[in-house]
Amino acid sequence: MSEHVISSKLYYGIWIALMVLTVVTARVAFIDLGPFNTVVALVIATCKALLVVLFFMHVKYASEKLTKLVIVASLFWLLLLLLLSLADYGTRYARHG
Amino acid sequence: MSDSPVAVEHHGPELRHHFSSVEQQRDAASLGMWLFLGTEIMFFGGMFCAYLVYRLWYFKEFAAGSRSLDIWLGTINTIVLICSSLTVALGVRAAQMGKRALLVILLVLTLIFGLAFLGIKGVEWHAKYKEHHIPGASFDASDLVRDYPQIHIDQSHEQIYFSLYFAMTGLHALHMIIGVGIFTYLLYHAARGRYGPRYYTPIELGGLYWHFVDVVWIYLFPLLYLIDRKPLG
Amino acid sequence: MATPVITPERENYLNREYGIKSWLLTTDHKRIALLYLMSITFFFFIGGFFALLIRLELLTPAGDLVQADTYNKLFTMHGQVMIFFFLIPSIPAVLGNFLVPLMVGAKDLAFPRINLLSWYLYIIAGIMMLHCIVTGGVDTGWTFYTPFSTAFSNTKVIEAGLSIFIAGFSSILTGLNFVVTIHRMRAPGMTWSRLPLFIWAHYATSIIQLLGTPVLAVTLVLVVFERVFHLGIFDPTRGGDPLLFQHLFWFYSHPAVYIMILPAMGVVAEIVPCFSRKRIFGYKAIALSSIAIAVFGFLVWAHHMFVAGISLYSALVFSALSYLVAVPSAIKVFNWTATMYKGSITFSTPMLYAFGFIGLFTMGGLTGLFLAALGLNVHVTDTYFVIAHFHYIMVGGAVMGYLGGMHFWWPKISGRLYPEWLGKFAALIVFLGFNLTFFPQFILGYMGMPRRYWQYPPEFQVLNVLSTAGSTILAVGYVLPMVYFLWSMRYGKLADDNPWGAAGLEWQTASPPPTFNFDHEPEVTWEAYNYDQIPAPPEEVSVER
Repeated sequence: MSEHVISSKLYYGIWIALMVLTVVTARVAFIDLGPFNTVVALVIATCKALLVVLFFMHVKYASEKLTKLVIVASLFWLLLLLLLSLADYGTRYARHG
Repeated sequence: MSDSPVAVEHHGPELRHHFSSVEQQRDAASLGMWLFLGTEIMFFGGMFCAYLVYRLWYFKEFAAGSRSLDIWLGTINTIVLICSSLTVALGVRAAQMGKRALLVILLVLTLIFGLAFLGIKGVEWHAKYKEHHIPGASFDASDLVRDYPQIHIDQSHEQIYFSLYFAMTGLHALHMIIGVGIFTYLLYHAARGRYGPRYYTPIELGGLYWHFVDVVWIYLFPLLYLIDRKPLG
Repeated sequence: MATPVITPERENYLNREYGIKSWLLTTDHKRIALLYLMSITFFFFIGGFFALLIRLELLTPAGDLVQADTYNKLFTMHGQVMIFFFLIPSIPAVLGNFLVPLMVGAKDLAFPRINLLSWYLYIIAGIMMLHCIVTGGVDTGWTFYTPFSTAFSNTKVIEAGLSIFIAGFSSILTGLNFVVTIHRMRAPGMTWSRLPLFIWAHYATSIIQLLGTPVLAVTLVLVVFERVFHLGIFDPTRGGDPLLFQHLFWFYSHPAVYIMILPAMGVVAEIVPCFSRKRIFGYKAIALSSIAIAVFGFLVWAHHMFVAGISLYSALVFSALSYLVAVPSAIKVFNWTATMYKGSITFSTPMLYAFGFIGLFTMGGLTGLFLAALGLNVHVTDTYFVIAHFHYIMVGGAVMGYLGGMHFWWPKISGRLYPEWLGKFAALIVFLGFNLTFFPQFILGYMGMPRRYWQYPPEFQVLNVLSTAGSTILAVGYVLPMVYFLWSMRYGKLADDNPWGAAGLEWQTASPPPTFNFDHEPEVTWEAYNYDQIPAPPEEVSVER
């Protein structure tokens, strides 16, 4: 891990951003965007997650490439689980849910 | 490295004997924690997979169930966790800079936020209990069937939504409880002056764990609470 | 026969401290490896006991030894115990724990206390499993398929599920320890391309353990919830999908088979060059193929579900991917064989096991391709063909690799030599017994005998009798090493540092090693498998001290 000491101002800035994004995502849910509601919600969630991971968890300042590799690999593996399962669920007969 | 098998190492008591330097120990600990968080991604991931499948199949019931959750409490809880992440990050910084009193305050604040989150979650679950939305023998979603006549809710599908709701928030809450335990331990040692610029690895690693639990919630919130909040026609 | 040692014995990890506390509270990776050795051997015999009962029942076509429900419990407990409490830990927890720090030149694993915790978790899980067995067992098959396991079985599914959950945690922690150790604690000069292939194999295994086991864990949690709260997630009458369970289950359980085989491949990669007195052929190919197996292994899980109801389109995809995963394994087999070409072969006991591994694993692996073919799969799925296929790999492959490794490193672990002629004899018995047990099962399966049935049509009896006969011979072959290893600890010839003349850092320290592994931190300036520089051992392979 890095020895880099991050300024508290940056932390407060990230905190404000996270709060704003939270309020935004809650408000946007009430607006009809059709199928894009889900997309927008997940994009906002991902932005928030990135802020936490990169700044609060110091990954942006990590000198070790290995840290980033572990994160990327884990997310990739999760994607494998989700997408390959969808290969089955997405191509079965139409369900009347 | 040292030649003599019984070298007198000039280091603090934190350096364990099988490591050759403090840096090596810290790098090993950090990698270990990140790998553990990787396993946690897969652990929660299994439930996200189940959620994905059933949301595709039973979107209507998922939407109705989602609407029955209190969006105010969910949003407040999200904000509470974000605040706790801030105090954790500032706490790591305080340890790095040797500010013991500040570290202690921030750890206490973190614990307060964590317990607040759990308290609010308890309130939400209690509400679900009152509405008979807890899966099992007493599950009864007829209130939702009544409230959304236009979408013909199948109660067993609705129960699947709530099963996943409780399984996912329950697993998350369990991780929060463990986090509270970890931070109580850290608070105890921080108050005794154990952490400082030379050694703050436990604070750093505890912080990583806490942030991870926050990130999981960042995804749970839209996936469980915001499935479909559009105004009904 | 060894004479009593006259000179004072050097201090090593075995004699440094005595007493039960020094073992139960140890953080020495070598002692923990021995703790695991005792535990997994115990569970091996428990699982073997169930196998014996199965084979006894199958001597006759009628279901006349046990009742059908009991038979269901027999094959379930055999599978669960053998997979989770023997095969998955075996090589990593015993040989891996012992050798990984030695091979990379470290004093211990990165997290010794977590290593001990890992063993305790295994023991707790094992006690739970034993309790589950003696209070009635489970009858769902080791695969726990829903909705039988969640809604209908009235056996101890919850206890077994929780036991395996805890065992999984043990496995995750072992993998975590290995990855961090290999990344962070290599001695100076020990670059990635100088690491023994045993290390590469365990690195790949650990990746699988870390990324796959958590999915099994959460799936078992869901099964337990479903059973306790009657949820309906996997119940088709209530909108649930039983196939969702199978997807989540096999996402782990297919890569799990690579957890079981990769370490054995690592063992073979150490044995073959040593007893060919030659550098391994294709070091990079073998190293990278280990990683490839770990990755590809996660892409094929639904080949266990071809007839279960997945879409035909996804079946095509998984079938194609299943062919792909055979390629890196084949690469290994070619490279081991090429290593032996023009080598100076010694048919020592470890080498006999390695030969056995290569031949039997190849057969098992090729029959996997039969199973990957969709059309053929419909015919042989859930028959004895599948059983023969995976036993060829797990027993003919993994267990032989484990035994080969135990014999190869026994001098290092114990400081003693086992009796070589007995070792060769036992290896032969294992090989013969194994083939007699499992080859008839390929034929039985192809002829249509289903698995998990406690009675069968009379025309299958001859082959079943052969199989049972083979299993008793195999059992003898397994008991022999236990006996002579124990014997050797007291009466075996003393071993010197490197009785085989093998390459690798573990052979540069005493047998048995001192507690902190090396008297001086090693500095590596040579490439792996430098057999051109290492003299072959003398005929008389021990030195009286």
